[in-house]
Amino acid sequence: MSRSLRSLLRGGETAADPRVMTREQSQALTDRTIKLSRAEGIQVNVGGGYTANIRFADNRISTAGGVSTAALNIQSSFGPKHAVVSTNDFSDAGLERAVRQSEALAKLAPDDPESMPLLGQQEYENVNSYFDATGNLGPEGRAAAARIAIDACKAAGDLKAAGYIVTGIGANAVGNNKGLFAYQSGTSANYTLTVRTVDGTGSGWAGADHPDWSQLDVKAVAQRAIDKARLSKNPAAVEPGRYTVILEPQAVGDLVQLLAFALDARSADEGRSAFSKQGGGTKVGDKIVDERVTLYTDPADPQLLSNSFDGQGLAAHRVAWIENGVLKRLTYSRFWAQKKNQPPDAGTNAVKLAGGTQSIDDLIKSTPRGILVTRLWYLRPVDPRTVLYTGLTRDGTFLIENGKVSKAVKNMRFNESPLFMLNNLEGLGRAERVAGTEAGGDVVMPALKVRDFNFTSLSDAV
Amino acid sequence: MTTRRDFLRNTSAAAAIAAANAALRPGIANALTAMPVYPAGVHEFEELPIKELLMDAIGAAKAAGATWADARIGRYRQNFVGTREKQIVQVGDTDSIGLGVRALVNGAWGFAASQNLTRDGVAAAAREAAAIAKANRIPGAAPVVLAPAPAVPNGTWKSSYEIDPFTIPVEQKAQMLIDANTEAMKVANVKFVNSFLFFIREDRNYANTDGTFTTQTVIRSWVPFTATAVSADFSDFQSRGNVVQPMGRGWEFIVASNLVGNARKWGEEAAEKLKAKPVDVGRYDLVLHPSHLWLTIHESVAHPTELDRAMGYEANYAGTSFVAPPEKVLGTLKYGPELMNIQGDRSQDGGCGTIGWDDDGVKPDTFLIIKNGIMHDYQTSREQAPWLESYYKKNNMPVKSHGCCTADNWSSVQFQRMPNVSLLPGAKDQKWEDLIAATDRGIGIVGDGSFSIDQQRYNAQFGGQVFYEIKGGKIAGMLKDVAYQMKTPDFWNSMDMIGGKASYEMGASFFDGKGQPPQIGSVSHGCVPARFRNINVINTGRKA
Repeated sequence: MSRSLRSLLRGGETAADPRVMTREQSQALTDRTIKLSRAEGIQVNVGGGYTANIRFADNRISTAGGVSTAALNIQSSFGPKHAVVSTNDFSDAGLERAVRQSEALAKLAPDDPESMPLLGQQEYENVNSYFDATGNLGPEGRAAAARIAIDACKAAGDLKAAGYIVTGIGANAVGNNKGLFAYQSGTSANYTLTVRTVDGTGSGWAGADHPDWSQLDVKAVAQRAIDKARLSKNPAAVEPGRYTVILEPQAVGDLVQLLAFALDARSADEGRSAFSKQGGGTKVGDKIVDERVTLYTDPADPQLLSNSFDGQGLAAHRVAWIENGVLKRLTYSRFWAQKKNQPPDAGTNAVKLAGGTQSIDDLIKSTPRGILVTRLWYLRPVDPRTVLYTGLTRDGTFLIENGKVSKAVKNMRFNESPLFMLNNLEGLGRAERVAGTEAGGDVVMPALKVRDFNFTSLSDAV
Repeated sequence: MTTRRDFLRNTSAAAAIAAANAALRPGIANALTAMPVYPAGVHEFEELPIKELLMDAIGAAKAAGATWADARIGRYRQNFVGTREKQIVQVGDTDSIGLGVRALVNGAWGFAASQNLTRDGVAAAAREAAAIAKANRIPGAAPVVLAPAPAVPNGTWKSSYEIDPFTIPVEQKAQMLIDANTEAMKVANVKFVNSFLFFIREDRNYANTDGTFTTQTVIRSWVPFTATAVSADFSDFQSRGNVVQPMGRGWEFIVASNLVGNARKWGEEAAEKLKAKPVDVGRYDLVLHPSHLWLTIHESVAHPTELDRAMGYEANYAGTSFVAPPEKVLGTLKYGPELMNIQGDRSQDGGCGTIGWDDDGVKPDTFLIIKNGIMHDYQTSREQAPWLESYYKKNNMPVKSHGCCTADNWSSVQFQRMPNVSLLPGAKDQKWEDLIAATDRGIGIVGDGSFSIDQQRYNAQFGGQVFYEIKGGKIAGMLKDVAYQMKTPDFWNSMDMIGGKASYEMGASFFDGKGQPPQIGSVSHGCVPARFRNINVINTGRKA
């Protein structure tokens, strides 16, 4: 970084940004690596770019920096033997060393009876996830965005802001010696903000995320977190139990993303999944949740703009996993797909739950008594047989009475499954990108109103 | 929390690779040509003139205006082998080499990292760190003041290992796992086993302007192993995992863990869980085995006593702490009963957080965080120790760092991470069996399972691996679907019996996350079995 940081930070870069490998450069690098190979098969993954961030707490900027990263993964294979070596040394000698090491490891490795041949050339969706507003953003832009929240909290006197803004430009590519090459470049921008009241009784969170920095309304983020911090002061205890709950899109994403991770076909076929059927088989074709639920991946969806291929270069396409409440499909690895005569899937890393038309205000207005949840925290699996998770509400939990937010309530622990929750659906809001799920990734979710959400204990945490 | 569009996550196959990549943090450098650039004539990391390069770096930082500086040159390697049932899933190696420099200018920090390990390269990185420090200075902000630490002119240290796992051939590692899997699958209903061997080697070199220069080799080893039993009619499946806790030891530790010899027992435990009785909800006395209790300590004692959390620095990510503000809780907060003594250290033999000197150049001390049940001290770095100056002076304690400053890679900036945080043994020579014999109606829990805790570390819920019903001082059979809910101070204050020295064991977290951007950490927690009275137990086996 040293020599080049300042020159890298000069504005005005475009899609031909020197910080990001172009398609041609990526292909040249993968080709150079493949030429060194003496294995039967070689797959090269290359990824990198420039990520810059600013972090603040206690109404002060605590750290700011930029990092250029690049790394290359080499998988060599000899029939059913394979091994992976990763390096960030792209010199001829470094590549040669990594290729030889992966070959040596692969030869030593026992046979993998489930190894699959490398893929040939694929057709990929054209996904444009590169935005100049992000690519051109400099440290001043990030600092100015942070200052909006910091200055507002300082001026208020009774508030403290802690937040993190991270933006990136990068590219990733896969190539192999069977003629496959895939490349995608893109940008990312993410802002999360926690505003706490100085008396320690209130905390509010807001976030925004989009590949296009200009889509992040940083003023609105600051205002939402400030409003929630103030509203959440001096929370009252309510009895834990089953409640009608309105989950904001962030809270829905926290829980429903975990459902997307549980959609593995093999586990279901093997009897160790929520989608295994007692007596044998899977629940594919069964109605498993409310008919308004449609959960899908689609790299070209304008709200997702996710990667158009997976780590092996397998093309990602639109797949509905749950459609109108029916489990349509589980995800097949290439091995399991071949065994079960199914097409393979590129995974569920990016996922969208189709939304409705109601605003959060509409959902609140229709609720005589319920709980409004801003976000969930520390989600951990409790029972894989039902995709049951535990976790807590955080940074803005409110009681709804007679169609209005009436007061702040203490945070609560839940033990709940997204499957149960999506069966108890009362209403859907509009789908939006969420900024802070624990697993990360491209996640688009609506607000949901659900009945009988299971809170099991109170927390004094603010 | 959000892993930003991680371009490396899409690399090939297997969770192990994902974990490795998440942990890897590949280099900071001149993006297109990212590589360690070596001085002329140097071809390998081992040939680098490390001390000269570190001195060049801190010298350049001083020349650029730093009042204090440090530099690290490190090599961070991982090796792993993954299997399922009778086959290999993946094997791999990662390797990352580079330099990180911190400069303190006008009381503000700057950090830069580089893979250019030539004399010019390290000096340029140091100047960059100084330039960033100047830019980070906010007029009126309190300057960073470092607690003093004695210079260590030539320190060398290595983890407590006999055999470097990186010297063991991959086929030997794979065969051991497959043999263990095969043993576990001899048990009826045990259909699946996932097992891994995961090794870390860090060659860490450090110098600062106090005159300290240290060279350390860190080795850590971990064996994730999970056996899953499925009932014949697909009505239930149960797993037994987390059977061997990670250690800061080498291959000899893996051999001593006797995976092949123990695998059948682990498989039997998974199968027995299929037939176990679902727990009745209610309040029970819990007898917690060290293989379980370490994680409860990690979450409910170790994290809340990190000083930066207590001061609000982690508010937007991991959260703050109920053990705050320091001036109101130090010396007064009753965390638990008098028999509760919690120690911080980085010196326990084989601990994952054990080290000779931290990334501030401090030799960590052994200190009590909780003394006779009362909150006594926080985990600190050199920057943080002065924040507690008035408490320390009032209590005749030195204002010095406890040596808890760590970076997870050369490219990451160091900050406060937890040391080994352990529950000390009681005076009475008693063990797990004695605690069970003294309990009329309770549940014994072995192994760590599901865990979740709020952002101030008040309300937690823990599962486990194996649950035993205790009736009239005897184990009456196995239970399933058990989790307990707790409020931290109430829970610890309910502890009324603890084991003696002979029952002390260490558990560990291999990938503990903190910070934005997140860094991983590895830390051990020693403890004895302990009994907790009248704890709320829920049944997690819901049907709808």
